[in-house]
Amino acid sequence: MGAGFVSVAYVVASILFILSLGGLSHQESARRGNFYGIAGIIIAVCATIAGVSMGVGGIVSIVIAILIGASVGMFLANRVEMTQMPQLVALLHSFVGLAAVFVGFAGYLDPLVMTHGAEHTIKLVEVFLGIFIGAITFTGSLIACGKLDGRISSSALTLPGRHIMNLVALGCTLLLGAWFLGADSVAGGMFPLIVMTVIAGILGVHLILAIGGADMPVVVSMLNSYSGWAAASIGFMLGNDLLIVTGALVGSSGAILSYIMCRAMNRSFMSVILGGFGQTTSSAASEVDSDLTVQECSTDDLCEELNMAESVIIVPGYGMAVAQAQNAVGEITKLLRDRGVKVRFGIHPVAGRLPGHMNVLLAEAKVPYDIVLEMDELNDDFPTTDVVLVIGANDTVNPAAMDDPTSPIAGMPVMEVWKSSLVVVFKRGMASGYAGVQNPLFFKENTRMLFGDAKDSVDKLLGGLRG
Amino acid sequence: MMKLGIPKEIFLDERRVAATPASVQKLIKLGYEVVVQSGAGDPAHYDDDAYRAAGATISMDAPSLWGQSDFILKVRAPMMHPDLGRHEVDLMKEGAHIVSYIWPAQSPELLAQLAAKKATVFAIDSLPRISRAQKMDALSAMANIAGYRAVIEAANHFGRFFTGQVTAAGKVPPAKVMVIGAGVAGLAAVGTANSMGAIVRAFDTRLEVKEQVESMGAEFLELDFADEDGGGGGGYAKQMSDEFIAAEMALFAEQAKEVDIIITTALIPGRPAPKLITAAMVQSMKPGSVVVDLASERGGNCELTVPGKVAVDHDVTLIGYTDLPSRMAKVSSDLYSSNLVHLLSDLTPEKDGQLQVDMDDTVIRGLTVVKDSEITWPPPKVEVSAAPPPSTEEPLPAAEAPEESLFKKWLGKGSLLAVTVLALLGIGGYAPESFLSHFTVFVLACFIGWQVVWNVTASLHTPLMSVTNAISGIIVIGAILHLVQAGNAAVGIMSFVAVLIATINITGGFKVTHRMLNMFRK
Repeated sequence: MGAGFVSVAYVVASILFILSLGGLSHQESARRGNFYGIAGIIIAVCATIAGVSMGVGGIVSIVIAILIGASVGMFLANRVEMTQMPQLVALLHSFVGLAAVFVGFAGYLDPLVMTHGAEHTIKLVEVFLGIFIGAITFTGSLIACGKLDGRISSSALTLPGRHIMNLVALGCTLLLGAWFLGADSVAGGMFPLIVMTVIAGILGVHLILAIGGADMPVVVSMLNSYSGWAAASIGFMLGNDLLIVTGALVGSSGAILSYIMCRAMNRSFMSVILGGFGQTTSSAASEVDSDLTVQECSTDDLCEELNMAESVIIVPGYGMAVAQAQNAVGEITKLLRDRGVKVRFGIHPVAGRLPGHMNVLLAEAKVPYDIVLEMDELNDDFPTTDVVLVIGANDTVNPAAMDDPTSPIAGMPVMEVWKSSLVVVFKRGMASGYAGVQNPLFFKENTRMLFGDAKDSVDKLLGGLRG
Repeated sequence: MMKLGIPKEIFLDERRVAATPASVQKLIKLGYEVVVQSGAGDPAHYDDDAYRAAGATISMDAPSLWGQSDFILKVRAPMMHPDLGRHEVDLMKEGAHIVSYIWPAQSPELLAQLAAKKATVFAIDSLPRISRAQKMDALSAMANIAGYRAVIEAANHFGRFFTGQVTAAGKVPPAKVMVIGAGVAGLAAVGTANSMGAIVRAFDTRLEVKEQVESMGAEFLELDFADEDGGGGGGYAKQMSDEFIAAEMALFAEQAKEVDIIITTALIPGRPAPKLITAAMVQSMKPGSVVVDLASERGGNCELTVPGKVAVDHDVTLIGYTDLPSRMAKVSSDLYSSNLVHLLSDLTPEKDGQLQVDMDDTVIRGLTVVKDSEITWPPPKVEVSAAPPPSTEEPLPAAEAPEESLFKKWLGKGSLLAVTVLALLGIGGYAPESFLSHFTVFVLACFIGWQVVWNVTASLHTPLMSVTNAISGIIVIGAILHLVQAGNAAVGIMSFVAVLIATINITGGFKVTHRMLNMFRK
């Protein structure tokens, strides 16, 4: 097949990818979007294979690699629990990063197109950059995956002088880059390239270790973005427009998601990336009057309230995912809706550990998506709501963010649950949330605390409502 | 052991009592002995036998009760005993303690009398309104009852339903109620009237209560006065400027023509009640309307109300009862007595019947108006308000920060722009043609991505990530190109692994997205 056909196929694939992302703008078209993406990849791969002349060995090795990869991928995707989505997504990012590193090395050792002069220099820069971003993505995503999976402590690691260390690593990378560009042979360039890869790997580990658990939505979407940029720079290296387009699409998508998440926490991107949140600010955490007391309630009391309520809003947080309570919550929703109660869900943009995490969990629990609303859609409705159930959320419902300018989370948009008639908070104990900030919500007059594991409480509640 | 005395109230029509059998039991648990005057609980439907059963001793007459008690628990301030012809303070033991309503600002003579007796006096009405003290806040407890009762009295004298109804016989409009002053009593009245189905409006000079009023289901009437807020510290209102009052009166005059029931609860601490409803306004009200004046004991908010009585003027019923809580003697005694139990348990930290008056405690300090022959009223001021007061003293970090960050922002934006321009110039000037075409594609793709992704709904952000993840596996084609043209083993192995893991990404990403999207349903 001629080069023209391959180019046309790539254009088609690019368009399909754009349509794929566009399809995700609505629930109705989302599945179609996914199929566009699959079609795009298949067309691109087939065109690539058809476009190059190869021997039997080449075909066999490609088929073997694709078969192994596809079966592993299907296995992972079928086995994964919806609560484990963040880990899986992070893990997949690391694969892209690793692939970028390998392709980058391969491209340096065995260039497909010969280049000279300025073109050659530019290509070397692309190789260097692609491997650098790829290596950071690889190790960083592995760490993020470990943190999300609980294999690595999710608290932020703050080494003394960590900013200096990061700067030194960057400086070394620049020096190695200069050395690499100046090297006169492929062998001579290998050494700085390998050292740089190691440094980038360590930098990725350190960067992500310094970021705490609740900032993971930003981290995962940032790594998503990086994996795109890595693919784009490999595209530059290969002179392949499809890779460039796809990388740019993925890169900007991840960047937008990171931006949305940061805005939802009222924090700058840099402050999240540089990490250490929760440790440095906890000393400034506002004091709550020691004589304030919380009011507890039992599941029986809550059953009674729910039986009388006409309008209920459920605000889930990461705690619901941890306790795996989403299915019982879904059952309660169904029960109440069958009784004619208006039940809605309020999702804060950073609830959970992945952008949109809560939506996926609720979808798994068969909660219809049209009653799952965003914070902005719901905040005006709290005053007319009878009961708000806060399940495993804390900082996202903290009134201190609005009332207390000295609070570390001041200015963060929060769900104004306290404006409703009754707020019931499902919580294991009185520990403060991720941000280390005491939550005045718990002491409000219309707040009741329901202590205990969220799953147990919700199950009991379900039993009580049925009985 | 210290003796607590519960006298019978002698104020006309006072039906409350300072201790109920339930509270007597709690007081005994604190280590005290309790003496109750015979018949003290009768008006509140607690008889002597019930007190005996709770463990109290019954004392037959007032002089013996006052004489033997070390601590008198009472509702109304001590006054001239009508039957004995002696003042209650004179009956009191020297150096005894007393808790009751005192109104220290209005009754300097009483304070002097008590000081002469070397009494320790806790004025329950002088309790600082801080959250810790809420459990003993008798004013709020009573105000709540008064607000409820005010609506009930109004309904009793009002010839129509509160709620609008459509009946077979015709349509009945809902009653319109205006509540002036949204303190505890006002809010209770708002809530009661609202739950009975009336249309409720409320006014208060303190803008901070707007949210509370609205939460109780009433409309908050507002004046166009930008910067005058009537919060006077301690959760109370303060006197307003003349212009404000004029605007306020205009609002009331206008509302009076429209509403059926006016409930006034406006009080300013230490001053006579402000006159808010003039005779002309009453005259302008619809015939059959009702005005309930909860401030009538302190002079009244309405010019025409008669304290303690129901009057009819211009065909408008004016209710001036001063004893609304007392009209619900059972519940008000229950709440008042439990306020006092909370106070006593704070005064008896060891639960051993030994009183400890800790004058460093803000709450106790505020309550204590006479101690050791000395008048300790007024106490140092405590700042509390329903909303944080506009801070005038601390403009320090907050005021400076925005300016600095604005500057930083401009600096950041400027330098970003400069770097971008320089980078573009550099690329345009030196990069070869082939790179520039790729660069064009790259920049355009970034913009397309930017446009497309902003449209993705928040609930699909997770599927978005897994799809982008899958398509970033497109790097597989780079790996394939290298694999088929591999010149040596190392490149071959690296490309092979790259193809493998990129394929994991592609299939895994698409498959998991598919699974997720299948779960989303309407």
